Amino acid sequence: MADIQSEIRPSRLRRAWDSDLAWSFRHAPVAVVSAVVVLILIAGALLAPLIAPHDPFNPATLNLMNGFTPPGQANQFTGDLFLLGTDDQGRDVFSTILYGMRISLFVGFSAVLLAMVLGVILGLLAGYVGGWTETIIMRVADVQLTFPAILVAMLIFGIAKGITPPEYRDQMAIWVLILAIGLSDWVQFARVVRGATLVEKNKEYVQAARLIGRSPFAIMLRHILPNVLNPVLVIATISLALAIIAEATLSFLGVGAPPTKPSLGTLIRIGQEFMFSGEWWILFFPAATLLALALSINLLGDWLRDALNPRLR
Amino acid sequence: MSALIKVDHLTRIFDVSKPWLNRVIERLPKALLTAVSDVSFEIEENSVYALVGESGSGKSTIGKIVVGLVPPSKGAVEVEGVDLATETDAAKVEAVRADIQMIFQDPYASLNPRWRVRDIIAEPVAAKGGDTKGLAERLLEQVGLSAKDADKYPHEFSGGQRQRICIARALASGPKIIVCDEPTSALDVSVQAQVLNLMSDLREELGLTYLFISHDLTVVHHMADKIGVLYLGRLVEEAPRDTLFDDPKHPYTRMLFDAAPRMDAFGREVEPPKGEIPDAINPPTGCAFHPRCPLAVERCSRERPEMRQIGQTRVACHLAE
Amino acid sequence: MTDTPVLSVRNLVVEIPTRHGVLRPVDNVSYDIRAGEILGVVGESGAGKSMTGNAVVGLLDRPARITSGEILLSGQPIHTLKGEALRRLRGKKMGMIFQDPLTSLNPLLTVGDQLTETILEHLGVSQQQARERAVAALEEVGIPAARSRIDSYPHEFSGGMRQRVVIALALCAEPDLIIADEPTTALDVSVQAQIVALLKRLCRERGVAVMLVTHDMGVIAEAADRVAVMYAGRLAELGPVREVLTEARHPYTSGLMASTPLASQGHERLRQIPGAMPRLGNLPDGCAFHPRCEFAQDRCRQNPGPTLDTCDGRAACWFPLGADRKQEVGA
Repeated sequence: MADIQSEIRPSRLRRAWDSDLAWSFRHAPVAVVSAVVVLILIAGALLAPLIAPHDPFNPATLNLMNGFTPPGQANQFTGDLFLLGTDDQGRDVFSTILYGMRISLFVGFSAVLLAMVLGVILGLLAGYVGGWTETIIMRVADVQLTFPAILVAMLIFGIAKGITPPEYRDQMAIWVLILAIGLSDWVQFARVVRGATLVEKNKEYVQAARLIGRSPFAIMLRHILPNVLNPVLVIATISLALAIIAEATLSFLGVGAPPTKPSLGTLIRIGQEFMFSGEWWILFFPAATLLALALSINLLGDWLRDALNPRLR
Repeated sequence: MSALIKVDHLTRIFDVSKPWLNRVIERLPKALLTAVSDVSFEIEENSVYALVGESGSGKSTIGKIVVGLVPPSKGAVEVEGVDLATETDAAKVEAVRADIQMIFQDPYASLNPRWRVRDIIAEPVAAKGGDTKGLAERLLEQVGLSAKDADKYPHEFSGGQRQRICIARALASGPKIIVCDEPTSALDVSVQAQVLNLMSDLREELGLTYLFISHDLTVVHHMADKIGVLYLGRLVEEAPRDTLFDDPKHPYTRMLFDAAPRMDAFGREVEPPKGEIPDAINPPTGCAFHPRCPLAVERCSRERPEMRQIGQTRVACHLAE
Repeated sequence: MTDTPVLSVRNLVVEIPTRHGVLRPVDNVSYDIRAGEILGVVGESGAGKSMTGNAVVGLLDRPARITSGEILLSGQPIHTLKGEALRRLRGKKMGMIFQDPLTSLNPLLTVGDQLTETILEHLGVSQQQARERAVAALEEVGIPAARSRIDSYPHEFSGGMRQRVVIALALCAEPDLIIADEPTTALDVSVQAQIVALLKRLCRERGVAVMLVTHDMGVIAEAADRVAVMYAGRLAELGPVREVLTEARHPYTSGLMASTPLASQGHERLRQIPGAMPRLGNLPDGCAFHPRCEFAQDRCRQNPGPTLDTCDGRAACWFPLGADRKQEVGA
């Protein structure tokens, strides 16, 4: 039986390629370009140790003589060549960007994952259970929404910094950053999931499941959750861009990633000190990378939102 | 002649008030909607009992109370002698639950779009930890689809085919009673005929009992043995099919029959009925139909008529005879 | 009579390009509607009946578009009109009534504002006269105490009253043609009877031509003078309503009638048409109905399918049901 099935049914890959989503992707040049840019940047970040010409975090390989080498020119003392130039301590900007992106992306992905899990669970509960559960969850969300997300993140970051012992602060910084951004971002997930749950829970397939005697937990998990994931996916994509920018902002303000483990935001903060003294590349290249990353992810999210929009078929 | 379902003085009130804060600020009273008001009837085994009424008549709410999706505010529903709302013996509740199933109006919303047809149909059995091997395939063939359809997703089917899948799911737990809430309203005429025929066939093969809820008089006439006519949450008339259609006793039933479009009434010129269904939050006093009733007398606006037995008909009207 | 029909649709084709090919929701459809006549357009969902109405009033959603054929309003071609000219014509010469009255009324304007606005735009009367006409229009469609209710908002009316307001709005510029797309589907039986009676009266008294699109055979039987039965984007049968419904010549019409449960029948099985209407992207060759037709022969399966013109002008069928195979309907 299984053999016959596999003969008749096209392969999973083939079906994925033929799906409406894949078709819409192939016919959206902006989405394709964005996806390529994002993939290149992510690959660069993941493969940083293989690609990067220098290890910017190893003081032994640094030569202070190489400081302030302009991009694409040989250093006037050592003759070394750096693609994107070097910073004040002679670190290769290209390498620091690759390593910086690792931290930015790691923080971004983790924070969004945290926000998503939290938001989806609370949104499902609020939408399906209703009553006081809903009132409490949504009022907390409302209150949090009245503060700018970055302020909430700074608050969480500040509290966490206060309670961690000083010797662990640098190690903990990344995790605190994830917690701060994640906790400041769950609200939109919760709101969207709650809205979609309210729609789905009144559909007759959910009533049919209740009639069978399925537990609320099983109904939420197996029936409703798969049907509210589309908007979650869209928000997750756009949140990723926002989380990366939030991380950069926090790091730029000096409360995020420490200078010993610089993210893109930290690099921009370091770079802006030299902006007016002629060493523009120290600021420009990390900033341009951040811009390309956030913009491409955002454009992908926009495309995804349009492509998943229910419409006439 | 045993009553499989006994609906006894059933009342359901919904609170449709605005949120508490708005009510306090705007000084609004609580808004209570009486969807079902003191309705009693019995359904005999292996018969088709139809509830017919326009929007706001409470027919769907009664269906939901009967299957246990909505609890009653007052009164009770007994299925096989067990009151699902108050029975504490879990084993009895389980047994009755498996005996009563439901088919919904919208075949597009009643199947989970992310599930395969096999899992949808087998869910009632799988949820109880039963053996589901080959079950979906067998049921699919029973409702006139192919066993191969079990691997597909709902969006690959037309409306009529989806309704067949819903019927297959309803049959999975081997029920005795199926509550059908407007099962063909969303379907085209030619497909409606297929589904109605299938339901008739299954009733004969499996000895099913249907509670058939519909606004369509022709469909009700075709399917039902006994018909209850609802108006604004009240049962106004109940009679065996032919008695009801030959000799409607309640003025509302007569109005409904006159107003229904008929395929053999070319260019019919009749005086259309007056007025519209009143607001269920503030229903008229006395008989709910009196503001629209051509026969109404002073008593009708004052006193709610009791259900009276006249021949084979039960009717709630002061003037019926 | 020498009068030209109010609406004349000639060989209309509407196409929708999709990734799977070009769909034809309306395929070579022709019909006329005369003044004071109600043409019923029936068919099941996806038969193209609403799309035909939308094409006439120029309200096709992109990417659907008219690719051939013509639409004449009182002899003037209107399918080529665009933008402002189309908009003016739509308000002045054509009125529209849709299934959901809420979507055709602006919730933020009073009923009176919407009526006077339309009247002022199309009739060139003074503000005061426009208001008087608006009151008269509301009275004509049977809204009690029209003068005091004219300043109410749409949500203050009940469903049936709202549909009456929509009808008043469609009529107030004194159009020649009204397109009513499922005007009673969202309404209860008793209100539906009121609206159907109203449409019939207005048609008779004002001599308006009405295109009544619905899936309800009962409404058609009671209201329409002639009926067009559509199947898979094509006209299956076109003729006087009594003849089409009692002596159907197309097997589809006949099957449709037979599958409707009639109050005069008992518990016996309904006659059913096997299968379902094919999807537009997957139409069979030849007559689109042949896979479901019990009388289908080789000729029915071959290209091209029958049209009203190639057949007897009444049913698009190579082997129309005649007197020998008369169907029992409504007996």
